[in-house]
Amino acid sequence: MESISKKSDSKVPPLEGFREAYTLHLADTTLILSQRNSEWCGHGPILEQDIAITNISLDLLGQSRNFYQYAAALKNDGSTEDSLAYLRTEREFKNLLLVELENGDWGQTILRQYLFSQYQLLLFQQLQQGSDEQLAAIATKAIKEITYHVRWSSEWVIRLGDGTDESHNRMLHTIDELWRYTGELFEAADYETAMGIDLAAINQIWTEKVTAVFDEAKLPVPQNVFVQKGGKHGIHTEQLGYILTELQYLQRTYPGAKW
Amino acid sequence: MNNEQPYINISAAEQKIWSILSTVVDPEVPVLTILDLGIVRELKFESDINPPLGGWGVYITPTYTGCPAMDMIAMNIRLALAEQGYKHVKVTSVLSPAWTTDWMTETGKEKLKQYGIAPPNPKQQVCNDQLFAPNEAVQCPHCNSYHTHRISEFGSTACKALYQCDECKEPFDYFKCH
Repeated sequence: MESISKKSDSKVPPLEGFREAYTLHLADTTLILSQRNSEWCGHGPILEQDIAITNISLDLLGQSRNFYQYAAALKNDGSTEDSLAYLRTEREFKNLLLVELENGDWGQTILRQYLFSQYQLLLFQQLQQGSDEQLAAIATKAIKEITYHVRWSSEWVIRLGDGTDESHNRMLHTIDELWRYTGELFEAADYETAMGIDLAAINQIWTEKVTAVFDEAKLPVPQNVFVQKGGKHGIHTEQLGYILTELQYLQRTYPGAKW
Repeated sequence: MNNEQPYINISAAEQKIWSILSTVVDPEVPVLTILDLGIVRELKFESDINPPLGGWGVYITPTYTGCPAMDMIAMNIRLALAEQGYKHVKVTSVLSPAWTTDWMTETGKEKLKQYGIAPPNPKQQVCNDQLFAPNEAVQCPHCNSYHTHRISEFGSTACKALYQCDECKEPFDYFKCH
């Protein structure tokens, strides 16, 4: 991607390249989590929760559309929200690794949603105060929805963590699966630094909030875990290829197809 | 923005557009017009829409980021205006300030209730991020009882939560505060 190559050949790259890269990072992250959550459609443990996770999926899809539209405007090269979502390759996607992981069981989907939503809420509160007016507007709109996501997912983390032996043990297993991917959330990519995002501040509050919910859920907060990263720079797990194969199939097979 | 107020200092042409917009309904909740919902933020005659003669710019704001009705609403606005001979119309979506249920008109809320959907409570009273918060007191649109409970915070569309009345036992949608 543009921003990565620029890093090597220019000490002070123009902010616009970073703005575009950062917007795509936000767009890709929300799109991929939306796609993952939508896999639950028709498969949720009970109808109401099936509807809840797919509603969250819809909110995330709406957010990603706003980010892609903005990224397309920044690129100003004929790109559209559709071409950015459907015609970019795996290495060009800048989403967090956390959101591309397989759904696992319901507990894993819930915990992933909670860890992400809590991060997203704090991040968007920062964007809301930031200098980029369009990102601030998208964030302001989205925060209203994310507040619901945080509340819903944290309540479920508490119910499952402090539930039966079975649900408690499964949540312990899920923490082991997911925790190594949380470090990446707070490791700034060049475009985040350029955009003035203070991930250290977010990390501190996120850790406090997550610790409070885990305490109530009777779940341990892992310490000093190896950090798996790469997503922000386009280096992904095997999973993203499968997601894009399904997500992009129609436009790849029938280019330009419309409803 | 409030369609119940008489427009003052407004050109006859603009007033005509507002009256056409008042016929465009929400595809998901067809008793509500887009003016009832408070999603039309601004109407402007702009020279760069159809230079040099100009055209109308309609500025709308989405209720929920991912609401799939928004694309259809934009199309229906263009259709309704085209039917009345307004061919040069540009519908633009603006995100800021973000839409809130407080912008829904009182007429709109009454229509929702008649339709069987509990209208949103005023935002200041109920929106909070407290965990396991007690349910909002939502009035049953069928029997008017306040003895109701929430079944799910998420409902059939992004804007609704699912409730059930403890008196008449009927389940109902609540247009949640936002």
